[in-house]
Amino acid sequence: MNDRVEVRKTYKLFIGGAFPRSESGRTYEVHDTDDKFLANAAKASRKDGRDAVLAARKGFGAWSSATAYNRGQVLYRVAEVMEGRRDQFIADVRAAEGLGDKKSARVVDTAIDRLVWYAGWADKYAQVLGNTNPVAGPYFNFSIPEPTGVVAAIAPQNSSLLGLVSVIAPIIVTGNVVIVVASTLRPIPAITLTEVVATSDVPSGVINVLTGDPAEIAPWLASHGDVNAIDLTGVTSAELAKNLEVEAAGTVKRIRRPAQPNWLATPDLGHLRSFVETKTVWHPLGA
Amino acid sequence: MQKVAEPLTTTGALREFLHALPGVDEVGATARAAALSTRSIKNEAKAWAIDLAIRMVDLTTLEGMDTPAKVRAMCAKALRPDPTDPTVPSVAAVCVYGDMAAIARASVGAALHVAAVATAFPSGRASLEVKLHDVRDAVAAGADEIDMVIDRGAFLAGNYGLVNEQIVAVKAACGTAHLKVILETGELRTLDNVRRASWLAMMAGADFIKTSTGKVPVAATPPVAIVMLQAVRDYYALTGTRIGVKPAGGIRTSKDAIKYLVLIKETAGEAWLTPDLFRFGASTLLNDLLMQRQRMAIGHYSGPDYVTID
Repeated sequence: MNDRVEVRKTYKLFIGGAFPRSESGRTYEVHDTDDKFLANAAKASRKDGRDAVLAARKGFGAWSSATAYNRGQVLYRVAEVMEGRRDQFIADVRAAEGLGDKKSARVVDTAIDRLVWYAGWADKYAQVLGNTNPVAGPYFNFSIPEPTGVVAAIAPQNSSLLGLVSVIAPIIVTGNVVIVVASTLRPIPAITLTEVVATSDVPSGVINVLTGDPAEIAPWLASHGDVNAIDLTGVTSAELAKNLEVEAAGTVKRIRRPAQPNWLATPDLGHLRSFVETKTVWHPLGA
Repeated sequence: MQKVAEPLTTTGALREFLHALPGVDEVGATARAAALSTRSIKNEAKAWAIDLAIRMVDLTTLEGMDTPAKVRAMCAKALRPDPTDPTVPSVAAVCVYGDMAAIARASVGAALHVAAVATAFPSGRASLEVKLHDVRDAVAAGADEIDMVIDRGAFLAGNYGLVNEQIVAVKAACGTAHLKVILETGELRTLDNVRRASWLAMMAGADFIKTSTGKVPVAATPPVAIVMLQAVRDYYALTGTRIGVKPAGGIRTSKDAIKYLVLIKETAGEAWLTPDLFRFGASTLLNDLLMQRQRMAIGHYSGPDYVTID
């Protein structure tokens, strides 16, 4: 084994179901918590962000009109494939976050379970968030949640896999598409996740993953006219978060900026609810 | 290249001339086109190029489901592409089927050209009599530009005399209207054929040579445009007449459009950088040009929510 040539890795972005290099050609080094070199990752530019928005918009039509049942199946399939690569994820998380074996396994298992949890909600959240409203007239009146559209998300910087999955799943399960900027210092679990996504029935453009510096890419996503919402979960600098909110307000985007949650705890529907629009319809009785 | 003393009309004479044209270096043309993608265009040049590209658009709707209202809506957009910004120039022309030419003319008045596709577009499979009637009909309805298709079957069979004869007859039927000859390069298979068809069309009286109908899978590509631009350049050197070029189909982004503008300047020359000698046949390109223009004006990326759905 000693004379085997080392396989050095330079990972790429994940845009529209393909793995392109950054348009800028830049890469950066990724180290583990002991500062040992792990791999090179692509450093996305604003142009990559824009390409991702185009790819996401392209993917939105089919994904948002797929049946809820089908979306649930696809999410479950992602969990299945993750389960098959559990050992790789545990190694990635251990290297990225410096956790012990047991803790890493718990994080990976929770991430897989979280996908299953959200997959289950795919054909049920509408019954919870939607409603038949009482009205005093010969009409039905009902409210239905619909996906917001293209959502840009900044993934948590610390929880590189569980946090990432917890951000992506509630966004896409309702029919949104996502462009997520992975953790800058810990992108490897996100990159492994893209390899899972590419092989698990998720239509191209539904999940797009950029690696690099959120401070560089996020402002362009926040101001982009074709992005409908932005999730600032992973923005640690209050200054940057404020600027992004101001940029996002220019095109009246939905913004989510939660406090850093305990990722291991079971979530509620709050995250999912942040990226749906309620449509209310009046329908005459007997027509 | 030998000087053409008198019009070549017979298949034999045409074949002798066309097959004596130098062969196209296909690898070179493809490499030249690929090199364009690596250029960086500075903002100021880009703003200029976008406005020029808008002025060169033949805004097109060629669908079986075209309605008078759709044509009128398109004409309104052609006159004022971005209603929120009066500094956006009008496009060059609207391009419709012959039966919509009258509606288009009534909508745009004398402000824009009205181009009509004729001669049994897009296949061209009809008798010459039917094709000529199609042309006269469109001209009578107010079209001042006619986009005809060549008989690709005859061309590929080597019957150059027939192709020539049809173009000459259509040109005569056009009267004062400009004639654009569609070569349908996607069906001609080789760049050598594109060069031959370009010369054939120009010698038969085309005012413009156009790549495609937009109805076959392979439409305008940069290598094809290079060959056609070389042809009009060489024809100008030979005869002193400038023929226009119109790539159509498959040009959807501002970036593509700007590539073509660079090609014109570097292949045919700056004289062709005018809507009189270069047009883009496109339906979705205009929206992308408008979005890019908006981006330059407002500083952030725009989206399809901010332009019309056509």
